[in-house]
Amino acid sequence: MGEVIFFILATMAVGGAVGVVLQTNPVGSLLFMVGTLASVAGIFVLLEAHFLAAIQVLVYAGAIMVLFLFVIMLLNLGHDYEPDVKRGLGAFLSFGVVGTLAGVLAGQVRGAEENPVYQFFPGPEGMDRLLQEQGIVGAIARPLFTDYVLAFELVGVLLLVALVGAVALAKKRA
Amino acid sequence: MQELSPTAFVVFAAVKVIAVFSVILLAVAYMTLAERRVSAFIQDRLGPNRVGPFGLLQPIADGIKNILKEETLPATANRFFFILAPALSVTPALVTFAVIPFAAPLPTRWGVVDMIVADLPIGLLYVLALASLGVYGLFLAGWSSNNKYALLGGVRSSAQMISYEVALGLSLIPVLILAGNVTLTEIVWQQQQLGLWYAVPLSLAFILFVVSSFAETNRLPFDLPEAESELITGYHTEYSAMKFSMFFIAEYSHILTASALMATLFLGGWSVPFWDGDHMFWYEGALISGFAETGEPILASPAWWKTLVTFLAFAVKTSFFVLVFIWVRWTLPRFRYDQVMHLGWKVMLPTALAYVMLVAITVLALDQLGVEGLLFGLALTAVSALATIVFVFFVDRDRIITGAAAPRDRSISGSTMHPATPTERLATPVVAARLEGE
Repeated sequence: MGEVIFFILATMAVGGAVGVVLQTNPVGSLLFMVGTLASVAGIFVLLEAHFLAAIQVLVYAGAIMVLFLFVIMLLNLGHDYEPDVKRGLGAFLSFGVVGTLAGVLAGQVRGAEENPVYQFFPGPEGMDRLLQEQGIVGAIARPLFTDYVLAFELVGVLLLVALVGAVALAKKRA
Repeated sequence: MQELSPTAFVVFAAVKVIAVFSVILLAVAYMTLAERRVSAFIQDRLGPNRVGPFGLLQPIADGIKNILKEETLPATANRFFFILAPALSVTPALVTFAVIPFAAPLPTRWGVVDMIVADLPIGLLYVLALASLGVYGLFLAGWSSNNKYALLGGVRSSAQMISYEVALGLSLIPVLILAGNVTLTEIVWQQQQLGLWYAVPLSLAFILFVVSSFAETNRLPFDLPEAESELITGYHTEYSAMKFSMFFIAEYSHILTASALMATLFLGGWSVPFWDGDHMFWYEGALISGFAETGEPILASPAWWKTLVTFLAFAVKTSFFVLVFIWVRWTLPRFRYDQVMHLGWKVMLPTALAYVMLVAITVLALDQLGVEGLLFGLALTAVSALATIVFVFFVDRDRIITGAAAPRDRSISGSTMHPATPTERLATPVVAARLEGE
């Protein structure tokens, strides 16, 4: 049952990703992207990572993609009279770069059991115990705010810097 | 008091899905009638009272009319997205209800059935995730119509929903701090244990949540995406027949879900006030009603009449908020667009952030002092009441929300945007000369 659902979701995710690239209409691309994100959230649920699934929908589908929508609307793109997405050398180049990256990542995953990260995985029983003790949010929140608090705060500062930079750039042009 | 077997669980889940879905749609139909009757009452009219006794069959007549009407499709509209949009706006509003517990667990021959469609471990986050998807329907409707009014409505709705989602999410954090869990069943349980509804110890969060819910459901005074007087009806200008009424089904189911959430998060959900008999919670595979002095769990005794009574309590609380939604709509005028943005980003967001800090500090201090139980709740109530008074004092001083006749120094951009006052218009040379001539 779980496997059947996984393959349905995986097909939807990959199909959606292909759809994003093939669409010439930016709104169509965007909706395919939302579909892909939702399917990945579904896969997270299958892995019992409910928190990640909710955050995936909340942050990516609900906030970031809505901002994309906003840009499309304000530029009034996507109507039939002219194509907005233009293909060229850049498309092939980006395909090559992304393909290489995906290959490198896939190579990393293959030797999962020898991977140094693997030892942190507590196993199914360990996960069940962890969820029982700390709840679905606590299992992620505790390490994030104790062991990895420095990295977490640094990422926060980095995002803030990016935000301030964007505002500064936007102000300069006016 | 055993749990359900897997087969019984599936059967009961299916029954619950169908029952909840039908009840919501029926409630939505009658909310339209309630809206029309209450608005008529507020405006000293009668409202629809001809179809059936007290107009009770009016929603059915409306439904038949909308199904039989002609569907129109604008020539320049994007056909696929135009048809997709109403469906996308209805779905999130309806599915959100799945995680809201609506009564105490019901004992049956096959085990105890939870009166909730899906008791997800992420409860509240699921609600927020789906609330953030609600904007797609409105946006697509506005964009695919290829109509400038519809597009403006769509732009407004996305801007408004992004802005108020932030305040909505932040206003829920105090609830999570107090409950210590994100599942709605546990939030209800914690309120029963505390002996206080969260609306009391977290009064400011309650106010912020109600205001942002109004913005999220696009109801007056935040109905700028529709704004009949400026944008015809905004994003659904080009829609007709059943697709048009789908947007209304979406709006009313949003209201129903928001009301149910307010009742669950801040008014104790299905729990009956001042009564211990309905305290029920799953704890380590057993349904308990509380803990003895020694820390031993006390087993609960569910009964069908308790389920019924708690369901009535839930229905009363939800209907109260539905009525508030209708009442506010026919009482307050619409905000100006800049006022909506100002309120969202410069008032609600900082207030919600500051309040999260205040609640966190208070809870931490009370924990350190070892205060527990009702005293804990009362101390938090006092702190929150103070914060609420300060907030209301500053908002309600004509500083934040100024009417159309705002003093000139507070208008949006001085001379061009703001019309001259009547006296100034009279002061122009032509008018002055004519006045003198007479």
